[in-house]
Amino acid sequence: MKAYLAIISARFRMLLQYRAAALAGLGTQVFWGLIRLMIFGAFYAMPSAKSAPMSWPQVVSYIWLGQATLMLLPMWQDAEVRNMVRDGSVGYELARPLDLYSLWFARSVASRTAPTLLRSVPLVIVAGLFFGLQFPASLAAAAGWILSMFSALLLSCAISTFVLITTLWTVSGRGITDLTGPCVWIFSGIMLPLPLFPEWMQSLINFLPFRGLLDIPFRIYTGNIPLNEFAGAIGHQLLWTAALILLSRWLLALGTRKLTIQGG
Amino acid sequence: MLNALKLYFRYAGVSIRSQLQYRASFAMTTLGHFLLNVITFVSIWALFNRFGNVRGWTLAEVGLFYGIVNTAFAIAEMFGRGFDIFPPMVKGGQFDTLLLRPRSTILQIFGLEFQLMRVGKLAQGLLVLIWSIANLSIAWSAAKILLLLAAIFGGVCLFTGLFVLYATVSFWTTESLELFNTVTYGGVETTQFPLTFYQPWFRAIFTYVVPLACINYFPAHVILERHEELGTSVAFQAASPLIGVIFLIVALQIWKLGVRHYRSTGS
Amino acid sequence: MPTSPHIIVENLTKTFQVAERDPGIWGAVRGLIRRRHRTVNALDAISFSLNAGEIVGYVGPNGAGKSTTIKILAGILVPDSGRCEISGRVPWQSRIAHVRQIGVVFGQRSQLWWDLPVIESFELLRDIYKVKESDYAKSRDELIALLSLDKILDTPVRQLSLGQRMRCELAAALLHAPELLFLDEPTIGLDAPAKLAVRDFIKELNRKRGVTVILTTHDMDDIEALCSRVIVINHGRILSDGGLAQLRANVTTERWLIIDLENEGAQIQDPQATVIRREGARVCLRFDPAQVSPAALIGRLAAAYPVRDLFVQNPPIEEIIARYYTEARA
Repeated sequence: MKAYLAIISARFRMLLQYRAAALAGLGTQVFWGLIRLMIFGAFYAMPSAKSAPMSWPQVVSYIWLGQATLMLLPMWQDAEVRNMVRDGSVGYELARPLDLYSLWFARSVASRTAPTLLRSVPLVIVAGLFFGLQFPASLAAAAGWILSMFSALLLSCAISTFVLITTLWTVSGRGITDLTGPCVWIFSGIMLPLPLFPEWMQSLINFLPFRGLLDIPFRIYTGNIPLNEFAGAIGHQLLWTAALILLSRWLLALGTRKLTIQGG
Repeated sequence: MLNALKLYFRYAGVSIRSQLQYRASFAMTTLGHFLLNVITFVSIWALFNRFGNVRGWTLAEVGLFYGIVNTAFAIAEMFGRGFDIFPPMVKGGQFDTLLLRPRSTILQIFGLEFQLMRVGKLAQGLLVLIWSIANLSIAWSAAKILLLLAAIFGGVCLFTGLFVLYATVSFWTTESLELFNTVTYGGVETTQFPLTFYQPWFRAIFTYVVPLACINYFPAHVILERHEELGTSVAFQAASPLIGVIFLIVALQIWKLGVRHYRSTGS
Repeated sequence: MPTSPHIIVENLTKTFQVAERDPGIWGAVRGLIRRRHRTVNALDAISFSLNAGEIVGYVGPNGAGKSTTIKILAGILVPDSGRCEISGRVPWQSRIAHVRQIGVVFGQRSQLWWDLPVIESFELLRDIYKVKESDYAKSRDELIALLSLDKILDTPVRQLSLGQRMRCELAAALLHAPELLFLDEPTIGLDAPAKLAVRDFIKELNRKRGVTVILTTHDMDDIEALCSRVIVINHGRILSDGGLAQLRANVTTERWLIIDLENEGAQIQDPQATVIRREGARVCLRFDPAQVSPAALIGRLAAAYPVRDLFVQNPPIEEIIARYYTEARA
């Protein structure tokens, strides 16, 4: 626990050093949020908006929450570990008697929570005061949202660690990593709120794990997912998390055996 | 001039061969870029599919905007990402190596990187452009075709100018410039839709500061023979891609200032 | 051979502004609001001139102003005031024309393309420097022969050993037949045979092509092997400029006597010599040949102590330079 606090405070200090970036970070997120707001706003001004599966205030909150928690998405993987895979020194790590999966997972958690906290707090305040971010739909929604965000964090780290482990089988350390980005971008809801996609896409969207990163927590927050569906939604997140963790651990064991037999 | 072009092609060849050494991951990256852009257009299509035409604009017309700006951006990225690599070079002293060579620094930095992988985004942008044109009833003339090409060319110049400015700022500060990514990617996302969707102050940014509107929104009105809601004249709309070219020229002059600053402070 | 000096430097001055930041988290916060600057006098009116074909050592501690001088001579950096002419050109004013006539080798940095075979780096440089094909072929073949590069021409640069890479860097810097060569720590990190190879090459190059060489290095063996002339710089000022012998004489006329004793026990004492250091059975003494002749001293010590072997030498150049550094600090 102490180690995580140390990592987080070190990151805070590093981020404070870059003054332009500190301000620019908040500014750019507001900018992106406003672009989306204006584009969706134009569509929601049309009469057909009355039959949309999400109300306009819900869309506004969805957009701002997305910007606030952007850093949580598994868009990128641990660069240090990727370099280790690329130059082969990961062989040393695999041969050591420590729980490598837990280490990589923990690193993923640390590297996502620090920047997210730093960005999201000022952004939520600004968006709440000026740009229409609503409070949670109810106390139950707020509680469900917090649980769901925690699950989203675990899911994100499970996905990124899984992708990281697949790089053990590639030469350059890339590959599936470059395909993850687009999948996360569309199926998490960051680009377009998922309910707004056409009906025939919804079954695919509902099956994939990515909606657990963003769409599920935000729709709980805005009340778009009612109380009686909470368990199902959060269950979806946790089920995928567990599945990915198990698959990852198995793959890692496979990779370890392969490398230690061949001598790395 | 010819010699410089020949040298650039040599540089590009070196860069491409370097990237193709990792064939599998190159294929996946290119595919990834293609997919990402397909997905972006799918989300636009999804909005039109659910809400119908918006403020008098159809999907095909928006597709024209989308096609022009994404094609221009992809081409600019293929040639201009050398300027992305530049900032760490200033920090690490490798810019000195470029200054020690009897060639313009601009040519050398363009030559640092030719990103073949952007062909994924280029293909997707062109596909959307072609699809849009096929679904719009445009009365084509030689002048309109020329204008379309000029718009794309102006866009390439503008985006390249943005890359140059990003690199130039690193002469003065080593701080991270997320701002530029916002302006390029954010600019693409914004100008995919008609300018009239946005608040006046937002429009002003993309007309006067980063004049992306001049390379797709305004020229498109001439091609579509559509009345422009903000009241600009047809002459302005036809000439506006030039502004992209001017932007690049100005950016290159600021670059030269940056090099002069570097050479007097030794950084 | 031109009659006027190849390189003229007159009253060259350069100062830098360096940003300062307080340490710790509160320093970082304060740095967000305000930045402080400190002035560094890198060069303080230095002057010297070099003739074509000289091999000059340019030495000084870190921060003395060596790399600032080199950058100005190379045309990369613009000085605050002063005059500099190389073959009649002002380096920073006609960068492209000037840079075509110089070659630079950085010991710590590479100018070759990492992923490409060596020969392809050479060909790229030929195109960059616009060297005529016939001139290039001649230059390239000569350098390949002198540096024994024929076996590694098709190897990607990233797969070369440090010694091999250094030889390729030297060739790369000379393909366009420059008249002036800057060498910055060229033998750093190399093993003994590689160092000798590099030194021999530079001597041969200077003899054959008459290339003027400016060598900045901390390796005094390089200086001793190559340089007919040494310029010492510290705190932006030139402390000494002349031949090696003159440099020694400026500091001291002393000589050193190294004695290998039969056993470690003996304590050597002499009124006209001082013991500098002892390493086991080896004793190092210094004396002034004006005070006592070497022959007389040797005779005295050999008679009084169990001497197995002895020899006389000049103080090593490190000693000389080190005294310059300490004197300048005082």
